[in-house]
Amino acid sequence: MLKILKDLSRKVIRSLFGPKKNIKIGFYGPPNAGKTSLANLLCQDWTGEDIGTVSEMPHETRGVSFKEKVEIKHKGKNLTFKFVDTPGIATRIDYEDFLKFKINKKDAKKRAKEATQGIIEAIKWLDDMEAVIVVLDSSENPYSQVNITIIGNLMARKIPVLLVANKIDLKKSNIKKVQAAFPEYEVIGISAKNRLNIDEFYDSLFKLAKKV
Amino acid sequence: MVSKNNKFKGFSLQIIPFNEVRNLNISERVKKILNLVLGNKLVILQGRLRPEEEIRLIEDTMAMVDHIKAFKGIELAVIDPDMKNNSFFFKFKKGIAKTLVGDTSSLTVIGPASVVKEVKNDPSKLEVFLG
Repeated sequence: MLKILKDLSRKVIRSLFGPKKNIKIGFYGPPNAGKTSLANLLCQDWTGEDIGTVSEMPHETRGVSFKEKVEIKHKGKNLTFKFVDTPGIATRIDYEDFLKFKINKKDAKKRAKEATQGIIEAIKWLDDMEAVIVVLDSSENPYSQVNITIIGNLMARKIPVLLVANKIDLKKSNIKKVQAAFPEYEVIGISAKNRLNIDEFYDSLFKLAKKV
Repeated sequence: MVSKNNKFKGFSLQIIPFNEVRNLNISERVKKILNLVLGNKLVILQGRLRPEEEIRLIEDTMAMVDHIKAFKGIELAVIDPDMKNNSFFFKFKKGIAKTLVGDTSSLTVIGPASVVKEVKNDPSKLEVFLG
């Protein structure tokens, strides 16, 4: 009896003060910002598997995908995450936009339909996130209404946020503009494609996890 | 002057004063806006939507894109001449304050995507509508 009580109290203390297990982190942002590229990089580093496919065509990710129990060791610390990769959020979907990527009309329409459903799914998942990595394309204007809506919602829901300014390898990349747009958040510039600044990104990820 | 072949052709303007939406709940506000947009109206809302209303608007828009043929979605832009160069955070806080106190100096433009993009790029085009 005494042993059972001791075990129980140990479990309670661990759950209250010990490291949090499987921190649920969502990857959100506009289409083609590099959410899946970054999620893949992390999953490849620690599980050897991708979370999804990447493409130059917008809305390549059209459904929410997960990677459970991604255990990351960084600078002597050890945390376990559940990564949730979400479709890019947009206010408009036009199948004709996909035609320029040389796919046929039928496939373009199918892709558009899946993309609309993916956006709805991504929005529904917002409330379930413990923290969110917002991935923006640092070569694009950060003041887009979609960015403002996503970050405004996370702020209103008090969900901890890490802002990732991706694609710093591009000439047009401007991290300072992203920082100026969202000064209340930590902004980390990376290139998921070329693995630039990833060690610093891991620092930021662990800082984010502390806020959960 | 705007040429006859511009993107605004076929659309009309609908101004919604703050008083008209003040007492509506989130569903009613979003429904009202989307009904107008689907009726080929460019909506000028006095004030701005709350973050949860914006995201709900996107969600409902996507459901409509999925079900209504030829509807490609919306574009949403907040025009506030006093805060052009301020950060998102400042705008956001100010925006929340405005929603709460009903200060309605900013305008929210919602309409079929191509039309709002034009207005956002050149807000003076609104003057063309307003005469």
